[in-house]
Amino acid sequence: MAKKESTLWNLLSTLVMITFFSSALLGGTYLLTKDPIAEAAAEKKNFAIKKVLPGFDNHPGQESYTIQSIDQTGELIGYPGLSEGKLVGTAVETYTMKGFGGLIRLMVGLDPEGKILSISVLEQKETPGLGTHITDKEFQDLFIGKNPGEMPLKVRKDGGDIDAITAATISSRAFCDAVQRAYDSWKNHTKKND
Amino acid sequence: MEYIMIIITAIFVNNILLSQFLGICPFIGVSNKISTSLGMSGAIMFVMTIATISTWLIYNYLLVPFGIEFMQTISFILVIAALVQMVEIILKKTSPALYQALGVYLPLITTNCAILGVALLVIQKDYDLIRSVVFSVSTSAGYALALIIFAGIREQFELAEIPQGLKGVPIALITAGILAMAFMGFAGLA
Amino acid sequence: MSLMKIFTNGFIKENPLFVLVLGTCPSLATTTSATNGLGMGLATTFVLGLSNLAIALTARHIPDKVRIPAFIVIIATLVTIVDLLMSAWVNSPGPNGEPSLYDQLGIFIPLIVVNCIVLGRAEAFASKNKPIASLLDGLGSGLGFTFALSLVGSIRELLGSGSVFGLNLLPAQSNILIFILAPGGFIVLGYVIALVNRLKRT
Repeated sequence: MAKKESTLWNLLSTLVMITFFSSALLGGTYLLTKDPIAEAAAEKKNFAIKKVLPGFDNHPGQESYTIQSIDQTGELIGYPGLSEGKLVGTAVETYTMKGFGGLIRLMVGLDPEGKILSISVLEQKETPGLGTHITDKEFQDLFIGKNPGEMPLKVRKDGGDIDAITAATISSRAFCDAVQRAYDSWKNHTKKND
Repeated sequence: MEYIMIIITAIFVNNILLSQFLGICPFIGVSNKISTSLGMSGAIMFVMTIATISTWLIYNYLLVPFGIEFMQTISFILVIAALVQMVEIILKKTSPALYQALGVYLPLITTNCAILGVALLVIQKDYDLIRSVVFSVSTSAGYALALIIFAGIREQFELAEIPQGLKGVPIALITAGILAMAFMGFAGLA
Repeated sequence: MSLMKIFTNGFIKENPLFVLVLGTCPSLATTTSATNGLGMGLATTFVLGLSNLAIALTARHIPDKVRIPAFIVIIATLVTIVDLLMSAWVNSPGPNGEPSLYDQLGIFIPLIVVNCIVLGRAEAFASKNKPIASLLDGLGSGLGFTFALSLVGSIRELLGSGSVFGLNLLPAQSNILIFILAPGGFIVLGYVIALVNRLKRT
């Protein structure tokens, strides 16, 4: 078969045909993957909530509410964990822009008094091998049981009591900032709603 | 203040070539001489800025309203390809001098992943239009900076005795590695 | 040329990364670990194989003037399909909340579109050859690329984090951090290509 000639009609019809098939194929794939993608996103979130909250029997992912950040730079999300109708803790999705690679997003579990239960890193772009140690259990354990309302979270260099990660003071400082933001904003939010 | 942060970060801290690895092919390919890399940088700055503006508009006013964000890759690459063609035609007609300087580099730009990369990054970072423009201009400035420094170093290679096996691409990559190390010194600036 | 030869050609003799030095962007950015390199390589192989097949089937019906735009649409479609599939099925976080493979490869999945290897094979091989041969050529080149990425990824992971495919081999004290950072990518790839050059001469 000879090659098609480059007449205007041929050019147009070929391109229309190709784009038509492409869009049909893409639309099909999109419909097929829509639910699994939504599920994967929900699973990521639930995974983090489960990690930072103790035994709850409700669905925090579906009962979330937004919290204004204390410095009005954005919004946080609160996921209340209930056990037999009683609040056992709140998972707060928080952020900071002060990371070495910019944005860091965390999930912080706070008990009803505001004591830190556990922390999980949702997103970070810190330097591999240095700042990425914020995802280590050893570092996160420094925060557990602390109440940021009594003693503001700061690294030792800034007069606090958190041991910064070696060679990653900026990441450690940013981590403190995000956790402190979670506490302050959540406290502010609950006070307003009382 | 925020704009200054975007500029410094894009040029030095997260230099698109040396820390994000976008647009390496032309980096290795055309950075033999300072003059050619100047031409390439000019073409990239020009196209990257226009491309980012057009793709940003298309994403926010066409794809989002119809809920078909998943079409972004395919529509962006088509827009960029069409844009490069258009720029080439317009330049040829209106400014032959500029066409002389940039013309040969334009066709290479469609497949430069830095252009599509920046268009996608701007969407990912959720920038508004002004931030997107600032980001794309400074990113391409960072690209130009790396390309020109690198060309300067490579011109010296002609005088150096390089082991046979390292000649050409390998020594270029290793030099780029050392240059990337130097750029790491900027980290923490912003 | 026999089909077997077409397949192995892309794998060794014309390895896209080591010999032709194409597709350097993803091979530097996604090789911070062997697993990432492998994942990126397989995603590219999928696109390469299918795009070669699709182009071999349709090339005769596409007029020359719109050849490149038509190829780009076909490739971009396949890339978007890979992107959707990956965000659906390789997108769950690791046991300690490490980012999923999809998140780690991030922007480099859509950037397969502008990977010179894909358009290169379409132009140089698929548009002139039969579908089966083109499919094999695409898969061969893709697997060659995958092999190259996994090798670079393994070296960087071993030197930088002391492990290969997540398997710990070296104690933490011997980690040379720079290798999983940007400069390490350039340097490792440079030396690997130099080594391939050396081996080719003998």
